[in-house]
Amino acid sequence: MLFLMAIAAGVLFAVGIFMILRRSMVKVLVGILLLGYAANLLLFNAAPLMRGVPPLIDPVMGVPADYADPVPQALILTAIVISFGVTAFAVVLIRRVYAVTGTGDLDNMHCTDIPCESEEILSDLEDEIK
Amino acid sequence: MIIYPILIPLLFAIIIVFFWENQRVKRALSIISTGLLMVVNINIFLLVYREGIQVVQVGDWPAPFGISLVVDLFSAIMLLTTSIVAFLLAIYSVSGIDLARRKYGYFPLFQFLLMGVNGSLVTGDLFNLYVWFEVMLMSSFVLIALGGERTQIEGAVKYVILNLLASTLFLSAIGLTYNLAGTLNMADLALRLQAVQSSGQVTVIAVLFLVAFGIKSAIFPLFFWLPASYHTPPVTVTALFSALLTKVGMYTLIRFFTLLFPFESEYTHTIILISAGFTMLTGVLGAASQTDIRRLLSFHIISQIGYIFMGLGLFTEYAIAASIYFLVHIILAKTALFLSAGMVESIQGSFDLKKLGGLYKNRVGLSMLFLLPALSVAGLPPFSGFFAKLGLIIAGLESKQYFIIGLALVVSLMTLFSMTKVWNEAYWKPPKDPKYLDQHNQVSVWRWVPVIIIVVLSVLLGLLANPIFEVCQMAAAQLMDPTQYIRAVLGAVR
Amino acid sequence: MQRSIILPVATRYLMPLMLVFSIFLLLRGHNEVGGGFVGGLVAASALMLYAISTSPSALWKLLPLDPRFIAAIGLFISLFSGFIPLFYGKPFMTGMWIETPLPVLGKIGTPTLFDVGVYVLVIGVVVWILLEFAEDE
Repeated sequence: MLFLMAIAAGVLFAVGIFMILRRSMVKVLVGILLLGYAANLLLFNAAPLMRGVPPLIDPVMGVPADYADPVPQALILTAIVISFGVTAFAVVLIRRVYAVTGTGDLDNMHCTDIPCESEEILSDLEDEIK
Repeated sequence: MIIYPILIPLLFAIIIVFFWENQRVKRALSIISTGLLMVVNINIFLLVYREGIQVVQVGDWPAPFGISLVVDLFSAIMLLTTSIVAFLLAIYSVSGIDLARRKYGYFPLFQFLLMGVNGSLVTGDLFNLYVWFEVMLMSSFVLIALGGERTQIEGAVKYVILNLLASTLFLSAIGLTYNLAGTLNMADLALRLQAVQSSGQVTVIAVLFLVAFGIKSAIFPLFFWLPASYHTPPVTVTALFSALLTKVGMYTLIRFFTLLFPFESEYTHTIILISAGFTMLTGVLGAASQTDIRRLLSFHIISQIGYIFMGLGLFTEYAIAASIYFLVHIILAKTALFLSAGMVESIQGSFDLKKLGGLYKNRVGLSMLFLLPALSVAGLPPFSGFFAKLGLIIAGLESKQYFIIGLALVVSLMTLFSMTKVWNEAYWKPPKDPKYLDQHNQVSVWRWVPVIIIVVLSVLLGLLANPIFEVCQMAAAQLMDPTQYIRAVLGAVR
Repeated sequence: MQRSIILPVATRYLMPLMLVFSIFLLLRGHNEVGGGFVGGLVAASALMLYAISTSPSALWKLLPLDPRFIAAIGLFISLFSGFIPLFYGKPFMTGMWIETPLPVLGKIGTPTLFDVGVYVLVIGVVVWILLEFAEDE
């Protein structure tokens, strides 16, 4: 089982990296999400995978042999909540980018390095605000 | 006591949201909050200075199981420096941030950012550190995208994607660490990692953390997002980011490589030294070709990060002390440079060296506010930059790393060249474009006061170099002897 | 565009059910599956269902407060639950429970209050984000 999980995490990492190397912004976002899942799966595998074993420690006996470690699951829950927030923000950002630049292609976003003629777009925006 | 740096910004962020429509109350609350934070952090610093490492176990859970908050002298120095800068930036924001941004949540985000920064500085738990980093990043994402001009939003895309990637790597590294050591408490980890047999796995984790925080603190092959995004938001936000975000990344690297991975020195520290050299060199070379002040200063952020990194790579007590001193120096000097560039922009309406000019003729005071920190960054005596670099070079001589010393000196000279270029073009030469000649704009007093204070502090840091460096040496001694930290968190070493 | 009749009618029955279910999730959260975050998401999706089936402006009218304020109140409740132990001289965020279980609610304590805060916060934030989307269109 652990072997399968490891393969799954590896595949997710590979697919995520492939996706973030794409030019389309939406695909990059999908890639980031997949990488997040891959990291979560990795966290999940950090504790031994067990079924039907409570995460309880007997006060007298100490840590029993089969004991489900709850920590990674708590970590994943937190990580999922964080990635929920990040995703919501990223989607809003992508919409804004598309509205402002009129493109979803990362290759066309060079204004930060080469000053580009954004005057007309800016004036369009100002019209919109009015 | 040490939980207040986290609680104060959170509480004030909530209160500020309730006054969403009232701009005056919002900015007053922002200044009060950061002022309060500064007072608290001064107290924490004095407490730690007198009584040693402070620990709080949140929720009364005993140490390796719950989340511990730990403040040692290094954290205390960073807390103090960042809160002073935050206070001055809160004052500067009164006129440095336009109305649209102020209306749309600039002030609560500022507080959340501070909460994230303070949390990262205070926490003693690996996963908790991740959470604080995310808090910090989320606020910075929104801050960098607020406004929505084309360049700004494109810069935001690059910033967001690269930082999300870094967070994923960070999370993966945490997973591997937990798998290896079975704990996330940093003090406990330090003990367990020593005992781990397969040092190969520890090296993998160390390098994974190095890459994750390397992206966040913009070290050599991983810095490309910084010059593409830092110059796009308003200069106040840039100053905030340069003072807090990259420096917290650097703080974490120093913490990790002194506490968790001190035994990996041969492999990782060689990487660190090489990368530090390239970081210094590429940063300053990039700056040489720029004509926009903000972009030029952004490249200098990278170059200066290289120096701090060099201290970590040398890995002697003296080198770490010099790095800590350098961190404080660069936070103050860089913020001063960015803010005074913002004042220039408010007078002449541009950041472009091809358009600016003639500032020295009419505004000597303003020019001094640029010149003093610029000379400090370039490393001329008697400013703080000189002593910071001197410390690093002495440390380098002691460990016989002559190549990196030579590189540091060359880069220092090139920094001086770069600063001279700005000085000549913007301050000494007559203005090139009559459009930007307007010399009668008044600069708001809300901008004058914080910049003057920060320049004075920066100069004082140089004049009082000896006592301050001694404090840094105490902090470095604590860092290089992890048993103190471990004992403070876990009680007696088991 | 012609609106379907099915969704509004279904929403009228679904929405109260979802809201009650979200509170159920919130309260059983401490020892069983559930909790403030999931409960808040279910409640927020109920509100969004309402916004989709009628209109975003109808949801604005339905909400007692601006979603920003709801989020801030939630955050405040959570923060306050952490402060309570300080009054009893314990470290921040120590879990404290009342001795005898209450009817219906069960055993409550500061973690319950924290969860309530999360619940309110999640409703506020999710509704805020989604209304922000709806405004553009």
